[in-house]
Amino acid sequence: MNKYVCDVCGYVYDPEIGDPDNGVSPGTTFEDIPDDWICPTCAAGSESFSPAS
Amino acid sequence: MSKNLNAIQIADKVYWVGAIDWGVRNIHGYTTDRGTTYNAYLVMDDKITLFDTVKKEFEDEFLSRIASIVNPEKIDYIISNHSEPDHSEVLPEIIKAVKPEKVFASVMGKKALNAIYHDLNMEITAVKDGEELGLGSKTVKFMETRMLHWPDSMFSYLVEDKVLLTQDAFGMHLASSERFGEELPWGVLKTHVSGYYANIITPYSSHVAKLFEKIDTSGLEVSIVAPDHGPVWRNMDNFRKVLSLYKKWSARKLDEKIVIVYDTMWGSTEKMANHIEDGARSSDVSVEMMPLYSFERSMIALEMLDASAVIVGAPTLNNNIFPSLADVLTYIKGLKFKTPYGAVFGSYGWSGEGNNLLREYLVSIGVEIVDEIKSKYVPDDKVKEECFLLGQAVANKVKEFIKNQ
Ligand SMILES: Cc1cc2nc3c(=O)[nH]c(=O)nc-3n(C[C@H](O)[C@H](O)[C@H](O)COP(=O)(O)O)c2cc1C
Ligand SMILES: [Fe+2]
Ligand SMILES: [Fe+2]
Repeated sequence: MNKYVCDVCGYVYDPEIGDPDNGVSPGTTFEDIPDDWICPTCAAGSESFSPAS
Repeated sequence: MSKNLNAIQIADKVYWVGAIDWGVRNIHGYTTDRGTTYNAYLVMDDKITLFDTVKKEFEDEFLSRIASIVNPEKIDYIISNHSEPDHSEVLPEIIKAVKPEKVFASVMGKKALNAIYHDLNMEITAVKDGEELGLGSKTVKFMETRMLHWPDSMFSYLVEDKVLLTQDAFGMHLASSERFGEELPWGVLKTHVSGYYANIITPYSSHVAKLFEKIDTSGLEVSIVAPDHGPVWRNMDNFRKVLSLYKKWSARKLDEKIVIVYDTMWGSTEKMANHIEDGARSSDVSVEMMPLYSFERSMIALEMLDASAVIVGAPTLNNNIFPSLADVLTYIKGLKFKTPYGAVFGSYGWSGEGNNLLREYLVSIGVEIVDEIKSKYVPDDKVKEECFLLGQAVANKVKEFIKNQ
């Protein structure tokens, strides 16, 4: 499972951790995140994320 | 109490109670050549409400401005729009001394304040985007503006008076006796608004663009814009000019302009720069020459904001680029300018690594390299001619780019 980085603020989405504060349970791949999910740090949409290198 | 320690009224029952820092020359690496102000605002409603505070060294000035209106102990609510220390350092002391009924911040602000101050002795009340708070005759509406330029950034809108408190957005680092934008020449305002955007807001341009969409669709009416630094915008003609600049910058619209940034030890790289400048000007493109022995990083950022090309030159020093260039390039990279074109040049004596390193830097920030020139020691006529042609080549790319923008 790949990590994704927010292009705006640098927040890293780690699928193993998910984003439980915002209803995304651990183990959720980035592709399976709900469409309305936003970056928990800066509120950018998921289209602002790139695969972590 | 001296006159300049009084509060200044900006709207019905709304007062500026901030501090003027005439002497500060560096704020997190940004050169503030005319100082700054730390603005805080007091609303004298049924609930006496304070918006933001100031830097620690200005606590007395701040408290005496509040005291010119009301005993600070009467403050009921404190609202933190931005947790950065220049707007929050006095918060722990105020909480201790005043024991306000409540302190509000955004959800992110609550987390940030607790991570910055570990002894607030008070539970912060988190407010959400769109939430309203009644102060008596007035209502505050909160608007999350995350990452403008901190995760917790928030605007507060005083609904009845159409006053928008915008924390760092639309602000500028400028100390002045004038509290209102219309009291200062537009040229001065423009320079400092530009410098502020370039050095602080640029990386978050996509958020600025989205914010404008949100404001446009919500039909928010504004008659006063009160930022946390610099003058209050009360004359909406001036503010509309600021808004259109923010729109231009956040949309990454560029001008027909080249910035030439270089340093030099014995003048050779500078000679190259001068011939490049000649070439670019012969193609009628405006050029800013910025030798780093005189200019520092925040001035470069200010000019990079709307430039369509950056030409970078440095001599080789101990197998490396000149340190002033490393400073500026690191800074520029962090600010995420979207400069389409560039070129590199430099003089060297034996190993000549300078150019390669400059090129790698520009490529890593997405600049397309138009050309590159090295000069062994002092440029001869052939190198000078090449420099002239490089200037022309970059200028032509810029003109083409502007035509299609
Ligand atoms: C202009 C500016 C940009 C910042 N950018 C980042 C950033 O990209 N990522 C981050 O984690 N923190 C960022 N910070 C936050 C600082 O790293 C943080 O405030 C830190 O505690 C400062 O440490 P210091 O007190 O030693 O200066 C930034 C702060 C400022 C003022
Ligand atoms: Fe700030
Ligand atoms: Fe600030």
